[in-house]
Amino acid sequence: MQRHLISAADLTRDDAVLILDTAEEMARVADRPIKKLPTLRGRTVVNLFFEDSTRTRISFEAAEKRLSADVINFSAKGSSVSKGESLKDTAQTLEAMGVDAVVIRHGASGAPYRLATSGWIDAAVVNAGDGTHQHPTQALLDAFTMRRRLVGRDTGLGRDLAGKRITLVGDVLHSRVARSNVDLLHTLGAEVTLVAPPTLLPVGAHSWPCEIAYDLDSALPKSDAVMMLRVQRERMNAAFFPTEREYARRYGLDGDRMAKMPEHAIVMHPGPMVRGMEITAEVADSPRCTAVEQVANGVSIRMAVLYLLLGGAVFDPKTAPDATTAPAAAHPRTEEK
Amino acid sequence: MDTQHSDARAVLEGPDIARVLTRIAHEIVERAKGADDVVLLGIPTRGVFLARRLAVKLEQVTGRAVPVGSLDITMYRDDLRLQPPRALARTEIPGDGIDGRLVVLVDDVLFSGRTIRAALDALNDIGRPRAVQLAVLVDRGHRELPIRADYVGKNLPTSLRETVKVHLAEEDGRDTVLLGVKQTPQGAQR
Repeated sequence: MQRHLISAADLTRDDAVLILDTAEEMARVADRPIKKLPTLRGRTVVNLFFEDSTRTRISFEAAEKRLSADVINFSAKGSSVSKGESLKDTAQTLEAMGVDAVVIRHGASGAPYRLATSGWIDAAVVNAGDGTHQHPTQALLDAFTMRRRLVGRDTGLGRDLAGKRITLVGDVLHSRVARSNVDLLHTLGAEVTLVAPPTLLPVGAHSWPCEIAYDLDSALPKSDAVMMLRVQRERMNAAFFPTEREYARRYGLDGDRMAKMPEHAIVMHPGPMVRGMEITAEVADSPRCTAVEQVANGVSIRMAVLYLLLGGAVFDPKTAPDATTAPAAAHPRTEEK
Repeated sequence: MDTQHSDARAVLEGPDIARVLTRIAHEIVERAKGADDVVLLGIPTRGVFLARRLAVKLEQVTGRAVPVGSLDITMYRDDLRLQPPRALARTEIPGDGIDGRLVVLVDDVLFSGRTIRAALDALNDIGRPRAVQLAVLVDRGHRELPIRADYVGKNLPTSLRETVKVHLAEEDGRDTVLLGVKQTPQGAQR
């Protein structure tokens, strides 16, 4: 494991499988009367949210608290950021307070990378979504949900998603979830297909390790999992499709389309769902839709990530050379030595 | 790992281990007056196999199935920050839980006692047993905490320079307990 989790593309297959296996054990904590482990006692984690979020922030907070970490919540609204403080100054404030990890959600792609590599702080950085770039814990929890449903809860341990056919449908252009999923699912051996209107595919998508299609109906029968992406209207400043109704007709998943999927196939949605747009209520409420399960799995995955990043000795960045840790080597941690 | 035990001496062989477990099973039945409410919890990795074997022996003695599970103590260790993160093992608590039961923890080697301390903490988060007892295959001494075993397969006086390695058929292909000499001056023992 690296010291930070910035991008799903940084994870090797073994890293990813280790996180999924660890999450499987973490999930069992949720079944116990006392849903708490003492593992991160005395470690401080800051949730640094520059962008709105409900499920990701609450999920991280639940994971941190279940591992007994001290949690500090920060949201840009009502903080010095609204007075004009820069990311660097915010980071150095946190460093001065002695935090061990920063979970960052930022509207600008690359903000977590900047935080991790600029030498401003020594803390481990976990990307909780940056702009239209990456959302690695979401990709991990999606992979975890797929492995549980398509491979099996116990039989899946130690295994990847080799040969599974995953279809991502919708607003790929604005979706960090799609980018993270393509990277991680490819690493785990799955075959990924993107289905979207051409206007909602980013430039360069053809160089990603996946197939691209424009017709949903022909992709459904050969999918083990179909992930519907939300149309991110808040990021849209141009007309990407004529009307919402036309989008829903061509790229929305309804009961008739779901019937074309193989018997075992699941419907996934990273949330928040816009019912009537990319997914109908009938599909969203069907037992084949894993949206609620994904939220529960998110806590387990985030516990696993935090445990693997913070649970052991903080290893010397010099002995583990990778792109994200090089500048941090100037500030070796001394207190754990 | 095995190469460093090349000069190791076997102190218990397969038949010895079987006899020892039979004796411990009888001791548990005797002390628990029939072992009605006993739950066996093995500590991964090899404690789990020993617990399963003990459960079979107990069933032969009492004629009743004895609940058996596993208790991973990784998250409760006191040396987590001294080493890179460890992979977790499975915690499997039998369906009826441990509340009000007599929990017998099962491990292969009792050394510093820190594993058992962690196990007691872990138990605390899972339920409230009537009592907790400890069964180990080998007690090698050198306790660092006020902890003792209730059932001991073999007391093995050792020096800190020696290593004790338990091999079990389920994991290592054969049953044996090896006493060797530590190669590295400061290897991390449990």
